[in-house]
Amino acid sequence: MTTSAAVGRTGPRARVAAFLHRHARVRLSLLLSAPLAWLGLAYLGALAALFVTAFWSTDTFTGDLIRTFTWANFQDLVTGDVYRTIALRSLGVAVAVTLIDLIVAFPMAFAMAKLASPRAQRWLVILVLTPLWASYLVKAYAWRVMLSADGVLGWGYGLGATIATLSYLWLPYMILPIYAGLERLPSSLLDAAGDLGARGWRTFRTVVWPLSFPAVVAGSIFTFSLSLGDYITVKIVGGKSQLIGNVVYDNIGAANNLPFAAAVATVPVVIMLVYLAAVRRTGALENL
Amino acid sequence: MRPTSPRPVFLTRGLAVTAALALAALTACGGSSTGAAGGTATAPGQSGFNPPAMEAAKSLGSGEGQVNLIAWAGYAEDGSNDPKVDWVHPFEKATGCKVNTKVAGTSDEMVNLMKTGEYDAVSASGDASLRLIASGTAAPVNTDLIPNYKDVFDGLKLKPWNSVKGVAYGVPHGRGANLLMWRTDAVTPAPDSWGVVFDPASPHKGKVTAYDSPIYIADAALYLMSAKPELGIKNPYALDDKQFQAAVDLLKQQRQIIGEYWSDYTKEIQAFKGGDTVVGTTWQVIANLAKAEKAPVEVTLPKEGATGWSDTWMIAAKAKNPNCAYKWLDWIISPTANAQVAEWFGEAPANAKACAKTSDASFCDTFHATDEEYFSKVHFWTTPIAQCLDGRTDVTCKDYSEWTRAWTEIKG
Repeated sequence: MTTSAAVGRTGPRARVAAFLHRHARVRLSLLLSAPLAWLGLAYLGALAALFVTAFWSTDTFTGDLIRTFTWANFQDLVTGDVYRTIALRSLGVAVAVTLIDLIVAFPMAFAMAKLASPRAQRWLVILVLTPLWASYLVKAYAWRVMLSADGVLGWGYGLGATIATLSYLWLPYMILPIYAGLERLPSSLLDAAGDLGARGWRTFRTVVWPLSFPAVVAGSIFTFSLSLGDYITVKIVGGKSQLIGNVVYDNIGAANNLPFAAAVATVPVVIMLVYLAAVRRTGALENL
Repeated sequence: MRPTSPRPVFLTRGLAVTAALALAALTACGGSSTGAAGGTATAPGQSGFNPPAMEAAKSLGSGEGQVNLIAWAGYAEDGSNDPKVDWVHPFEKATGCKVNTKVAGTSDEMVNLMKTGEYDAVSASGDASLRLIASGTAAPVNTDLIPNYKDVFDGLKLKPWNSVKGVAYGVPHGRGANLLMWRTDAVTPAPDSWGVVFDPASPHKGKVTAYDSPIYIADAALYLMSAKPELGIKNPYALDDKQFQAAVDLLKQQRQIIGEYWSDYTKEIQAFKGGDTVVGTTWQVIANLAKAEKAPVEVTLPKEGATGWSDTWMIAAKAKNPNCAYKWLDWIISPTANAQVAEWFGEAPANAKACAKTSDASFCDTFHATDEEYFSKVHFWTTPIAQCLDGRTDVTCKDYSEWTRAWTEIKG
């Protein structure tokens, strides 16, 4: 040990480093403070602000916020039949999109993870990701053209068109987690199941599905929440139908009624919390 | 086709301008009515509220070097969309005021942006202007400081949506009507009434369109003015409980035959072109573009009249660059710039002299710029407020937030 090294060790930087080395908890808290501050302020803070706003009202003419407590927004929300209908419709669309994506994505992800060669695997991942590079609006309008009466599909617009378009838009978000989950599934387990006499369906039911279920849940959280909050696709291909997102948008964008929009926006938050709680009971979250 | 714009405008529509009207238009063009002659609308609704007391500027100083605008898309073009469409750079060159434009998508976005205090002027539609006035966000405008104001059509001056109690709060930018458009191969005979979009037994079920905004309730109210005179609707933006319910019921019934509601105009052009929609409400510019794309469509101003828009350039009460803002207001209604913006956006110009400056000589005829009788049938968008705009004091009218709730309910 030289003298200069000893001097270097007593410098302020080195002292801080030594302190952090000895105190693991301080090190950890410093490391996490930035992301935690972001999570706390930007994310939870915004949610809290939303929730608080929901109890205010607006001066309907000047559009200024009136910051006094009122239950009126939630009263309107609960008593209005139309909001219940819209909430249920949005829920139905989100469930349908999730199921369709699951049915399309699972075989796709399985083929990518277990059947394709490593080289093809890379290309397939890139292909799945490519649509994400194109603008959301361009894709939605492309579906509008296809669904038009004189278009390739010609189904016309409506709720069905909305479900089809959303299923297309969110498909990569379902494929990728399932692909990642299936990749971690050792191929030897499939061989073992085969050796023990299980055929395709039984192997799927007793080995592949239980082990990939957490990944399916992860994907479904994406597709479910993205569908629940969407309002643009339904505006473009939804014909005359509307979802929760449209009610929120109309109240902010057209009526300038932020408090009521905030009250409406708590509906998808509540639905997501219920969904996450249900998922948690299955134990899938622990295995993510 | 006009060479200056990528939006070709085809003139196929016959014009029914009588000699008398042409004469009236000439008078309007030649007249230099600075005062509030003829055009003053003393709508009783104007006494419905008292805006915060504010003084308009008495004189103008030199420019501050910049001006911050909130504008509808296409209202402040600087050549970035089309190099030939540029009235911002000439303004900057002439006045030394650099223009910073924020394009807003909806009236409410404009109201909210104006409230930030970061902007000097805004192109507000009638469903935003009163709110800006009432909240003290927009200041009165001294039109004597705006030389081009004298050439603005009287039919646009001191209206309920751009003035309060005879005090101007901005300068008119332009105007247009919400028209009835139909596909000539599907809808025969040619309709002349809004009844065609409200008929529950319509043969075009599933192919009817309507504008996706609460303000469309006024279209139903307008139709009820003649279809059900016993309701006593005088102004489609001033609806009491019973009248409002009738309009909402009509729209709920209309929903059965609606194919889709439109809000952006590329969507409507495509729907008419593809035949997904065969009849419904539209703007002149949409009709022009649809025809340019060879869609067999026609438009008309139905016999009941129509709703429409008339935008106003307003100055923020807390404008940091008021001198440049005044210069902009004068510039945007100058004959040349007003002609350019009207042609680009597809609406009737506000300045009578702009008609001589359009690149398409018959532009003002197509858009009925000088046709006051045409516009007398147009009820321009105005924010519905609790104080009835038609002057009734014995009832309360439905305000815009109730219109919005009802719109959600109509769409179901």
